[in-house]
Amino acid sequence: MSKGTPASPALMAAKSSGHGAHGGAAPGVVSTQNPASDVVGPNNVVAPVQMTGSEALVRSLEELGVKDIFGLPGGAILPTYDPLMASKLNHVLVRHEQGAGHAAQGYAMVTGEVGVCIATSGPGATNLVTAIMDAHMDSVPLVAITGQVASSVIGTDAFQEADIVGITMPITKHSYLVTDANDIPRVLAEAFHLASTGRPGPVLVDFAKDAQQAQMTFSWPPVIDLPGYRPVFRGHSKQLREAARLIREAQKPVLYVGGGVVKANAAEELLALAELTGAPVVTTLMARGVFPDSHPLHVGMPGMHGSVSAVTALQQSDLLITLGARFDDRVTGVLSSFAPHAKVIHADIDPAEISKNRTADVPIVGSVKEIIPDLAAAVKAEFEANGPSDLGDWWAFLGNLRDTYPLGWTEPEDGLMSPQRVISRIGELTGPEAVYVAGVGQHQMWAAQFIKYERARSWLNSGGAGTMGYSVPAAMGAKVGNPDRVVWAIDGDGCFQMTNQELATCRINNIPIKVAVINNSSLGMVRQWQTLFYNSRYSNTDLNTGHDTIRVPDFVKLADAYDCVGLRCERVEDIDATIEAALAINDRPVIIDFVVSPDSMVWPMVPSGVSNDQIQVARNMTPVWDEED
Amino acid sequence: MTRHTLSVLVEDKPGVLTRVASMFARRAFNINSLAVGPTENPGISRMTVVVDADGDLIEQVTKQLNKLVNVIKIVELVPENSVQRDHILVKVRADAATRLQVTQAADLFRASVVDVSTDSLTIEATGYADKLAALLNVLEPFGIREIVQAGTLAIGRGSRSMGDRALRAS
Repeated sequence: MSKGTPASPALMAAKSSGHGAHGGAAPGVVSTQNPASDVVGPNNVVAPVQMTGSEALVRSLEELGVKDIFGLPGGAILPTYDPLMASKLNHVLVRHEQGAGHAAQGYAMVTGEVGVCIATSGPGATNLVTAIMDAHMDSVPLVAITGQVASSVIGTDAFQEADIVGITMPITKHSYLVTDANDIPRVLAEAFHLASTGRPGPVLVDFAKDAQQAQMTFSWPPVIDLPGYRPVFRGHSKQLREAARLIREAQKPVLYVGGGVVKANAAEELLALAELTGAPVVTTLMARGVFPDSHPLHVGMPGMHGSVSAVTALQQSDLLITLGARFDDRVTGVLSSFAPHAKVIHADIDPAEISKNRTADVPIVGSVKEIIPDLAAAVKAEFEANGPSDLGDWWAFLGNLRDTYPLGWTEPEDGLMSPQRVISRIGELTGPEAVYVAGVGQHQMWAAQFIKYERARSWLNSGGAGTMGYSVPAAMGAKVGNPDRVVWAIDGDGCFQMTNQELATCRINNIPIKVAVINNSSLGMVRQWQTLFYNSRYSNTDLNTGHDTIRVPDFVKLADAYDCVGLRCERVEDIDATIEAALAINDRPVIIDFVVSPDSMVWPMVPSGVSNDQIQVARNMTPVWDEED
Repeated sequence: MTRHTLSVLVEDKPGVLTRVASMFARRAFNINSLAVGPTENPGISRMTVVVDADGDLIEQVTKQLNKLVNVIKIVELVPENSVQRDHILVKVRADAATRLQVTQAADLFRASVVDVSTDSLTIEATGYADKLAALLNVLEPFGIREIVQAGTLAIGRGSRSMGDRALRAS
């Protein structure tokens, strides 16, 4: 062949096929999208009209169907804040730009729409960086809008100049610097298309101040020009048939379900496939809720703090049916010892995830929204031709594990409340219709373990990035996106102190979130590692917020200062009444200081650097494996 | 480690080279050489990237490159089906006593002398990396004062154009 050969045919899939019929149809991410157009939103036709770049920016957001945005103004974005005042967009004024970024993430996660945050140049833009990186790690559709100094002074170290496009290049799906006002509608339409289709992610658009101020001719919809962007949606039929054959032959299959199934809105399709195959389902930290916890096929969350049944199901499996998951190190442990007997079917919309960490035997590039029902049809045909697979022995083994090693905890010896009980009761008293948003650390793991999720998009957390401080602003964004749902921020005393300034935003804008501060007076997860691996030498993990300390800050007084309701709970017998009191207050945010034991630890745990077979259900206690083989 | 030559069509937009280079850096991939220039299609540039990587890694390199929105098409050019050329300028010590020997050496490699001074010659050569290495070996004893080298250029053999196919697909 005259052109040389591609490294492998599968590599070219992302850019060479699958446009056509599916080019405009996001995998359910943006429900309002016109299937004939790549432009997000209703595609109203707007005849050419003169306006400023700033007006075009605001108008483009309106035409894209944006309703709510989170931001904070400053010099370089000032021109845009003027037309914003007259716009029908609801702008939520945050107290720190990081809060705007996480709020946009929370909003995107509960609604499935693109979250939008806005900041000025320099420090305003750099304050968004953590949230952008978080959205990149967790594939959250986000558009970050920043002001930039005028194009005539870019590169001169002008006041509040920062190369935010350069700074965020490694942590965005794509980014733009706009210096010509006429580019604004197209660039924003492209940004929303990129953020919401394929593997969702953050797109940053940096607007030079002079582009915001210049006159331009606005019309809608613009023409998107992205010759190098063609995500594939339909799975390859030959691969699907091969996957179905492996599923039919497998004795110990597991559906390994990740956050991609949430992003693709494929919960129903997953349920049908699971019930058809009868295979056990594990839901990763990013996928909690996309398959109901109460379903008998669910065997738990895998990973470093996963349940014994879920971790062991993967370890002992002979076939991983991987859907929108990416073999993250927190799931696999030491990669070479992960699921050593398993063949791997790997379905993902991002071809680069397939065979990145674990080689796939059957790679399937596409949206799980399309792949799962196609796979179910292929499995059904396979079952009809050759009879269904018998998973009786597999289920006997897993059922036994699930019964023998349920998630649980031991009461702390210091007499303080156990954090696990507090979190369990929040979930039980509030129910599955609520939204639960965790920070990062022990409380996050307990919230993933002890709240029963029955619904996709009911669990939000910072999974890949592990961003402390995510909870309060993300819960704020979630409440704006889902105003009729109860939104709990399950936070830690360390995390809460990183972003609690957004309580002011919540109070002023009537965003009545509920914050449960799981106050163990320390950076608990770090402290747990110090207990286990550093001989209980507690270097710089004591925060003095809890029992028997000077309590700085006093979280109840802090709530009071923000004109929120502050409650404190220190005794087991008060837990339910305190939660019920918080559930009864809906006119302002509620902050509960749950004073819990600093000695409670997250179990089970796979210590870092060992095989998942070394999972411990409690300190130095490893289950007895393989009673049958 | 095997050497791979990737031809990459990209949109000619600001920052494209940075995006490609930064992706290689953050994913800890090794670029051996990189050449960029315009193509027969306005608005489209072509990068020739030479990478040292084993099988799984080159697949990951290609996939990550493909994820860059400005990247339109990637083809791996294998030596059997492509022409690959390096380009070098080398300044060699050469006085009246050695000048003839140096020019003869250059002639043997079909290299040309592009600048002369009383104590040096500058030689320009084009060819496979192996040939240029051999030339440098021969010139070494005379005293090499300065070398400047461009990234490898590569093009597929035959009449078809990578750009035609890529643009038709879009």
